[in-house]
Amino acid sequence: MLGPDKVKEITSQALALSKADQTEVIFSGTDSALTRFANSYIHQNVAETNTEVRVRLVYGKKIGVASCNDLSPEALKRAVDTARAIAQRQPENPEFKSLPGPQPIQKVEAFVERTAKFTPEQRAQIVNVLCKKAKEKGVVAAGAFTTLGYELAVANSLGVFAYHPGTVADINTVMTSDTGTGYASFTHPDAGQVDAAALADEAIGKALTARNPGALEPGDYTVLLEEYAAMDILDFLAYLSFSALAVQEERSFMQGKIGEKVMGDAVTLWDDGLAPDTLALPFDYEGVPRQKVTFVENGIARGVVYDTLTAQREGKTSTGHSLPAPNSAGPYAEHMFMAPGSTPKSEMIKSVERGVWVSRFWYTRVVHPTKVLITGMTRDGTFLIENGEVTRPVKNFRFTTSYLDALNNVRAISRETKLFRDDWSGAARRVPALLVDGFRFTGVTQ
Amino acid sequence: MKDLTGRALNIAQVRGAAYADVRIVERVTQHITVKNGQVEALEQDESLGFGVRVIVNGAWGFASSSRLEGQEIERVVSQAIAIAKASALTKIKDVNIGAPVVSKGVYETPIKVNPFTISLDEKIGLLMKADAEMRRVKGVKVARGELAFVRENKEFASTEGSAIRQEIVESGCGIAAMATDPQTGEVQVRSYPNANGRHQQARGYEFVLEQKLAESAGRIGEEAVALLSAEQCPSVDATTVILDGSQVALQVHESCGHPIELDRVLGTEAAFAGTSFLTPDKLGNFRYGSEAVNITADATIPGGLGTFGFDDEGVPAQKTDIVKNGLFVGYMTSRETAQELKLGASNGTMRADGWNRIPIIRMTNVNLLPGTWDVKEMIASTDDGIWMETNRSWSIDDRRLNFQFGTEMAWEIKGGKKTRMLKNATYTGITPQFWGSCDAVGNDAAWVVWGTPNCGKGQPPQTAHTGHGAAPARFRNVRVGVIK
Repeated sequence: MLGPDKVKEITSQALALSKADQTEVIFSGTDSALTRFANSYIHQNVAETNTEVRVRLVYGKKIGVASCNDLSPEALKRAVDTARAIAQRQPENPEFKSLPGPQPIQKVEAFVERTAKFTPEQRAQIVNVLCKKAKEKGVVAAGAFTTLGYELAVANSLGVFAYHPGTVADINTVMTSDTGTGYASFTHPDAGQVDAAALADEAIGKALTARNPGALEPGDYTVLLEEYAAMDILDFLAYLSFSALAVQEERSFMQGKIGEKVMGDAVTLWDDGLAPDTLALPFDYEGVPRQKVTFVENGIARGVVYDTLTAQREGKTSTGHSLPAPNSAGPYAEHMFMAPGSTPKSEMIKSVERGVWVSRFWYTRVVHPTKVLITGMTRDGTFLIENGEVTRPVKNFRFTTSYLDALNNVRAISRETKLFRDDWSGAARRVPALLVDGFRFTGVTQ
Repeated sequence: MKDLTGRALNIAQVRGAAYADVRIVERVTQHITVKNGQVEALEQDESLGFGVRVIVNGAWGFASSSRLEGQEIERVVSQAIAIAKASALTKIKDVNIGAPVVSKGVYETPIKVNPFTISLDEKIGLLMKADAEMRRVKGVKVARGELAFVRENKEFASTEGSAIRQEIVESGCGIAAMATDPQTGEVQVRSYPNANGRHQQARGYEFVLEQKLAESAGRIGEEAVALLSAEQCPSVDATTVILDGSQVALQVHESCGHPIELDRVLGTEAAFAGTSFLTPDKLGNFRYGSEAVNITADATIPGGLGTFGFDDEGVPAQKTDIVKNGLFVGYMTSRETAQELKLGASNGTMRADGWNRIPIIRMTNVNLLPGTWDVKEMIASTDDGIWMETNRSWSIDDRRLNFQFGTEMAWEIKGGKKTRMLKNATYTGITPQFWGSCDAVGNDAAWVVWGTPNCGKGQPPQTAHTGHGAAPARFRNVRVGVIK
C-alpha cells in the first residue's frame, strides 16, 4: 500500500507525460494473501504485491488505452507512448464526447488496518480451527482464506482525482463427510470478524446431514434458496439485465419495461457502492461518484446503471458504474442488494408441504439472456422438505429455470442477509434467503 | 535476469528452503474489439513480475511481486519462507516432489509472422471489413469482432539446477453477429470460428489470416437473423446428436480434461472447482467411452494453446494417453501428485497464470484423436438426429458427471440430410454414458486444434489457455432440449 500522496504523485507523473487532448490514469494496487487448505491441511499458501497503471489517451474522438505494472518513469512513459500510438492509428469514435469532470466524492470507510496486516500465522491459526473441528467430527476440511488490502485511484486531465483504500477478508470452506458435503463462507472488510468455529459448525453440520443422499425425481418444486444460492440470481441480473448497454442492445428483459411489473411484489433490488454494509467503493473507474440505483422496487422495474458513454447516448448522466477502459462489457452493478423480508430464516420452511432446500448453486450458465434462463447444479447440501421439516438429503439436481420466473414466484424472504464477494470480479452482493415456488429441476446427477 | 533468479534461489537456500524455484514472467497482450463499425476497445497491457515457490519445514510457501528490485527480491523470498512455515503448522506429512528435475533449455513458439509487428491499421482494417459484411445483412443488431495477441517470456530456475527460458506467442480472432426481435424478446447470436469471442492458437499472425473472417461474415450474419424465426429445437428423451468440432472440443474440455486433473482427484480443489468421478481405483480399468474414443494430453502438438517446451515446474512437455479405445488409462499430474499415486515422474502439466500465481495442474492440449469418418458420410448415415454447432452455454457438476450444453445453431437431420434449422438447442447427459454412446469420430480432414483461452480454476483465480484437437463426432441416445 503506497498511500494517497505517493499514488497522486504517480498519477500526476503519468498525466504530465501525456500531450493528448484528454488523459485518464487509473492506479490500482494490491497486497493480497490467500491460504488454501484441503484434506484438512494447508496445501497452497500464497501472497502477491502488485500495482497497475492504466492510461487512456484521447485525441479528439480517437482513444487509446495501455497499461503496465512497473511504476518506473520509463515504464510509465512507454505506456503513455503505446496509448498514444494506439489512439492515433484508429478511427474516430463518433459517440465519444468527453471524459467526466470532477465531482464531489463522499468518503467511505472500508479500510481496516488489522486486515491489511494479517499475517500468515494468523491465517493458519484460523484455518487450523476449521481443520481441527473437521477432524473431531470425522469430516475433511477444504477452503480458502483471503486477506487483502487495496487502493484505487482515478485521475484525469479535467481535474478528477479520486482515491480509495479498502480491505477484504473472505473465507469459505467445504466440509466433506463420507457421502456428503457442506459449505459456509464469510466476507467482511475486517478479518477480526471471522468466526472460524461458527463457519466450521455450519459446514460440518451440513456435511453430516447430507450423508447418503437418495434419489428424487426432477420437476417443479418449492425451494428454499439459501443466501449462497440466492446470490447467483443477483449476479446474473447484474450481468445480463441491469446494464444500460444490455438494454441499448436489446438483450435485457428491462428493455421497454421501466415502470412495469417485472417481479413479485416483495422483490426490491438496488445497487449502492456507498452503503456501510457492503465492500464500499465510492467512485467508479472513470472517477464518477457512485449513485444508488434502484433496479426493481416492489416488483416494478425502475432503472439500470450507466457509465459515461451509455449515459451520453441517452442524454443522461453516468450513475458511476463504469468498468476500467477500454470497456466492452458496459456499466456494471458491483454492489447489489436485495431487500430483506420479515421471515426468520429458521422459520421459512414451516409453510412448505413438499420442497427442496438448496444450499448452493454451481456452474451456472446462461441458456437464454432475455428470459434470464439459467442452467446449473445444486451443490454442498440439497435436502427434501416435507411438512415443514427437512426429512432427508437428496442427490444434486440440474436446474434449467428462469431466474425472472423465480423472482416472480417468491413466497418469502428472510430477514437476515449475507454479504458475498465474487472471486473473479470482486463484486459485492448482500442477499437474503428466498422461498420460491415452481423452481424447475431438469435432471439429477449420480 | 540470471542474476535475479540466482539471487532469489541463493537467499531461499540460505534461509532454510529444502527446495525453491523462481519464475520471472513478462506478458504483453494486445486486444482489439470492433463493434458496429467502431473500434470499441484497443489496448496493450504489460505485466512483469516474479514469483518464488519454496518448501520449508516440509510445506509450501509462495510469494510474488511486480517490483524486480534487489531489496524486493529479498523481501519476497523471506515472505515465501514465512508463509511456508505457517503452512507447516497444519501439515499432515512432508511435501514429496520426487526425484530432482534438472531441465535446461530454450523454447520458442514457432511462428511465421510476429503478430506484434503487424500494424494496427491492418488489424483494424481486417475487423472492419468483417464487421461491414455482417452489418450488410438486414436484421443484424450488433456486429462484433476481436483480435487478441499474447507474448509471454518467462525464465524458470530451481535449486535443483533447472534453468529454462521460454517465449510463448498466441494469436486469436473471432466475429459474432447478434440479431434481436424486441417483440418476442428473442436474441440469437452466431459466432465464427468459435464461440465466446474468439478462436486462438499458439501461432503467429498467419493463424488470423487463415481464418478468413471477412469471407465468413456474411454467412454468420444471415444465420443469426435466420435463427430468430427458426423452429425451436424439440425436446426428445433419446435421439442421435452430431456435434461440430468446436463443441466436441468443449465437451472434451469439461467432461474429460477437468476430471483427469490429479489435484482435483486428490481433493485439493474440493472447495472450489470440485473433485472428480475418475477416482484412482478406476485407473486402468474403467470404461470411460466407446472403442471409438481415444484421448491424449499432448503438450507437443503444433499450434495448441497447451503447447510449450517445459511446464512451470520445469518438467519437459509430453504426450500422455488418457483414454485408449474407451478405457481410462491416465491422469494429468504434477511432481507432487505423481508421487502421491506412485505414478513415477510428473507428466508435465503444471501451469501458472503469470508471475503472481503458483502453478497448478492445468490441461495442456487434451485431444480426441481423429477417427475414420468422413463428416459427410457421418451425416448421410444418420436417419434421424440433430446436428449441433458452436457452443452457447455449458455447465457440469462438481464431479464432472452431469452436464448440459447449448449450441448457437442446430439442424434437424432426416434421412441422412440436414433438413431445417433449429434454435435454442441443448443436450444433457452423464459423462461415461455419453462417451459410451459415441459411435463415430471425424477423420484427420476435419480435425482442428481448438483453443480455449478462458479456463478458470484455482484460488486465487487463474485463467488458463488450453488446446483441444477435435473433429465432429456422433453420439446415440442423447437427451435433447429443456427450454419451455
